[in-house]
Amino acid sequence: MTPGGRPRIFLVDDHAMFRAGVRAELGDAVEVVGEADEATAAVELIGERRPDVVLLDVHLPGGGGVAVLRGVMPHHPEVQFLALSVSDAPEDVIAVIRAGARGYVTKTISGAELLQAVERIGAGDAVFSPRLAGFVLDAFAGDGAGAGVVTGIDPELDQLSPREREVLRLIARGYTYKEVARDLGISAKTVESHVSSVLRKLQLSTRHELTRWATDRRLV
Amino acid sequence: MVVAAGVRDHRGIAEFTDSGITVPRAPQPPVSSTAVPGDGRDRPDLPRPGRSRGSGGRGGRRRDHRGRLRGPVRRSAETRVLAGVCGGLAQATGIDVTLVRIAFVLLTLGSGIGILAYALGWLLLPLEGETTSIFTRAVTDQKGLRLVVAIVPALVVGQLVAGALHLGYLGSFGWPVFLAGAAAILIRRNASEDERAWINDDVLPMLHTDSGRQGRWSLALRITVGAALGLAGLLALVLGHPTGAAVRPIAGSLLVVAAIVVVFGPWWLSLVRDLLAERQARALAEERALMAAHVHDSVLQTLALIQRSADDPRHVIRLARAQERELRSWLFDGRPPGTIGDEATTLAQGIDLLQRQVESDHGVTVQVVVVGDRPLTDGVRALLDAAREATVNAAKWSGAGQISIYAEVEPTEAMLYVRDRGCGFDPASVPTDRQGIARSIRARMARVGGSAVIRSEAGQGTEVELSLPLRPPAR
Repeated sequence: MTPGGRPRIFLVDDHAMFRAGVRAELGDAVEVVGEADEATAAVELIGERRPDVVLLDVHLPGGGGVAVLRGVMPHHPEVQFLALSVSDAPEDVIAVIRAGARGYVTKTISGAELLQAVERIGAGDAVFSPRLAGFVLDAFAGDGAGAGVVTGIDPELDQLSPREREVLRLIARGYTYKEVARDLGISAKTVESHVSSVLRKLQLSTRHELTRWATDRRLV
Repeated sequence: MVVAAGVRDHRGIAEFTDSGITVPRAPQPPVSSTAVPGDGRDRPDLPRPGRSRGSGGRGGRRRDHRGRLRGPVRRSAETRVLAGVCGGLAQATGIDVTLVRIAFVLLTLGSGIGILAYALGWLLLPLEGETTSIFTRAVTDQKGLRLVVAIVPALVVGQLVAGALHLGYLGSFGWPVFLAGAAAILIRRNASEDERAWINDDVLPMLHTDSGRQGRWSLALRITVGAALGLAGLLALVLGHPTGAAVRPIAGSLLVVAAIVVVFGPWWLSLVRDLLAERQARALAEERALMAAHVHDSVLQTLALIQRSADDPRHVIRLARAQERELRSWLFDGRPPGTIGDEATTLAQGIDLLQRQVESDHGVTVQVVVVGDRPLTDGVRALLDAAREATVNAAKWSGAGQISIYAEVEPTEAMLYVRDRGCGFDPASVPTDRQGIARSIRARMARVGGSAVIRSEAGQGTEVELSLPLRPPAR
């Protein structure tokens, strides 16, 4: 982040209108250091400009958002990605998250919410929209109370803790992190660490549901 | 209400579009109009002759009760595979057309006379509805005859040259080739309209697969190579027998087949290609029609409504959101627009419907997250009704622009939350006449063994929590 505290962001989206809209909505709160409308150019320019946060469209010419993540992450692990999409399909969401994005929001998000998400991602936290929380609960369903005897499941990675489940449920219900913290009687920092832990599990777990979604998108 | 009218309008136009797209069908073949002249007058109660049925077999329309032929024999335009000779004979004699065809095939296989008889029938019998045959027309075709006669001098010169060079066998080809060519010219000139079309479209292209000079060159090359191969094959066949070698006839046959493939192969290929292309084009056209119908029903209607309500931003947003949702469910879930709500069979689909209705009726955004799903039962329907009540309340009273619905189905329980960030209220201070709403939600849930909890705080918004016990799903 620049000394002034303004996050340096990079826009990757094949719709010029959407890029212009994001620029206008975020206004002076961020510094837009570049734009790209397809995957190859995006990988090159991101490596050159080193933004704090990349706003990444999931559906892109040249291999999609996943290709950008694959091209940038190994060389510039400090760059953070927030995925944006009009698509609500779970396989899209899960695919970009597993490829390394630290958050996912739909394009209908308001400017203020988007700015908040960018700041949170820039600080290294994860951003879970209610929808993403719902998908994760869905993907990790079936190992809650009474159904834990599933063989081949690594509890460290393949199961959510009861607390993480509670946090996700509240996020899915539309609670902000602050409200989640208040409701559960924990600090906002703890909420964030729970969410980050869920994100880690989402990226590393080999749960059947997750790999199925990934293979559907031919990623594995 | 404007929106409701818009929806009705949309439905009405949808039906109109459907019929509009399916109407331009190929017209039915005009069966009765091509029947043999006169038969309608003889037998007003005659069944309409079908295209594939041997119409002559329907009790002898051309025969009286003693079986004598009545009226001239005509080639059938209706019942035909090649030129309608068999169909015509069947009609004239009252024998089933299939039997006639079998007889011709047997004659052909037996002695080849079937082909000859058929060709004669084609040339000598007039087509249905015509009075002259190809033969009679050819005989009187002055221009055609002159054309044929004009070739004779060239032939004579050719014969003389061949004789002078002692190429007698070449001369022996001359007259048969001339006769065949003359017949081909006269037949083509005097065939009836649709037969000429058939010759032009289906027979001639055997020799012209490509247009232009290149095509002609490749044709010449093909015919040369084919003739060489065929000649070699025939020679091998003819000369093979005296030596008694078994290999030669086989090689000869192979060469003849190769010759045929070389000459006609491109034509067959182009036929297959045309067939495939045609099928593809038809599938594409159907797909496009379906797409056009959907887009017309949904997107175009919405765009029209948006133009009309350009001065009402809230209404525009509402329309755009509803349309976005519909389009998305069509593109990603394959559900055609307009059918989602009518066919809700599960909790998730029901919530989808609820969301769309509240969004379009009240101009708020409803955000939905559903985890798990269950088929609709009485209990699940009650849960949906209660959720709708809660969502509509939030849309009407809270003043919030967005309402969140979260539903989670677990093996023994379904939870559903409706939350807004609106003005909220103090549940203790609600006047008794307004408590009806909460009561109706609670009563509804209680009837199916569930419960409802309403949490609200002034300035903090409201959350309604509904829970429904479920029977574990059958394994």
